[in-house]
Amino acid sequence: MQSIVRWFHLLGSPPVFDRFARRGSRLFYLAALPVLALGLWQALFVVPADYQQGDSFRILFVHVPSAWMSLFVFALMALYAAIALVWKIKVCEVLAMACAPIGAGFTLVTLLTGSIWGRPMWGTWWDWDPRLTTELILLFLYFGVIGLYMAIEERRSAARAAGLLAIVGVALLPVIRYSVDWWGSLHQGQTIRLFGPTTLDASMQLPLWLMVIGTKLWFAGSLLAKARADNLQREAGKDWVQRALGEAP
Amino acid sequence: MIAPGTEPGLWQTARALAARDLQLVWRRRGDALQPVLFAVLVVVLFALAMGRDPQRLAGSAVAVLWLAVLLAGQLALDSLFRADAEDGSLEQWLLAPVPLAWLVLVRITMHWLTTAVPLIVASPLLAEMLHLPHDQLPMLLASLLLGTPLLSLIGGLVAALTVGIRRSGILVALLSLPLYVPVLVFGAGSVAASARDQDPYGALLMLGAGLVLALVLAPLATAAAIRLSLN
Repeated sequence: MQSIVRWFHLLGSPPVFDRFARRGSRLFYLAALPVLALGLWQALFVVPADYQQGDSFRILFVHVPSAWMSLFVFALMALYAAIALVWKIKVCEVLAMACAPIGAGFTLVTLLTGSIWGRPMWGTWWDWDPRLTTELILLFLYFGVIGLYMAIEERRSAARAAGLLAIVGVALLPVIRYSVDWWGSLHQGQTIRLFGPTTLDASMQLPLWLMVIGTKLWFAGSLLAKARADNLQREAGKDWVQRALGEAP
Repeated sequence: MIAPGTEPGLWQTARALAARDLQLVWRRRGDALQPVLFAVLVVVLFALAMGRDPQRLAGSAVAVLWLAVLLAGQLALDSLFRADAEDGSLEQWLLAPVPLAWLVLVRITMHWLTTAVPLIVASPLLAEMLHLPHDQLPMLLASLLLGTPLLSLIGGLVAALTVGIRRSGILVALLSLPLYVPVLVFGAGSVAASARDQDPYGALLMLGAGLVLALVLAPLATAAAIRLSLN
């Protein structure tokens, strides 16, 4: 126990984090690839076509995990930002800011796949429906966090200011999550539940869960890789970076 | 240095700050009219772009009025803390013997009184220009009265976050407009609901609840943002 706590504290130091992130990102990417490949193969070729939607529902195996990730990454970013604000841990600032572009990417994928699916199913690319609109606002919030981070010269105060914005933005997450329940929405309601009965067909569940786990793993790898790059950039003048890159004796 | 035991109280500081802000606005009273002029121009441009058909104008009047007020308020955000950050008085706020959040709340209230209230006062005139049906006017005023303080409180946070950035015009818009969306939806939605003979009070109550929540939380978050921006 003592050694785990000690390792955790050590992780706050940039050189230790750099080594951890290098190994960790490779590990997570390696773990994500087979899971995502298996999930996609199952989703595209194994699952039988839907009796109403034909083959076009298969895009949901990308859409649903990305939509979950778009919310999860925002919450994680706010959590890192809160830790960074309270305990002033530099690595947490880096991690919070590394979340933003990845989360924006997931949000963009969610909106694009949803709109591609909506064209044949709803007969429209876009509708000003609560869930679609709130997801779009989430994308703009991500852009706001990234924009604020870019706009401030000093990296540490930039990360803290952008982090505060992320914490404020968390107020939006429950609105997105429950928008299908609160307002009459074109978007379908929740069909998958961790607690209580799931109304999704059993044949679709395995590939969906594989994709969900795969995107989580891929996100972890991507987060560590991005955070490592940002961390190295911030510490560029330090001795340990020179040593780690093999440039100085 | 303030001698111990003689620190000014909350109301005393609030009165002093309010008097100073009002005096500053009075000395530059031309500037105070600018948000109203901006809103009038938005309405004029919109009416010209839409064509002269009174029916169509009346149909979109609520949306245009809310947007004009929202955009005018958003442009006025820059004056909220900028001058005080530049002349150093914001740093004195940090040293003041009263909570920073309290000063922030007083400042945002004065800012709302001097930028948003003139807009609300002018909105019947703007509504007339857009042929808004008269029976919708009370609901419009009610939604503006509840909505604009909420906009000022949310905007205050964004203004505080960007106070250290030199050219922050577009960035302030990028940060504040997504946060304004719920206010716009419920504000314009309440008037639209009353126009369709539906119950508008649900949306108004949501605005009120949001206002209460923001009155408590926004000054604290804004104070934290000012501390972050200044160090």
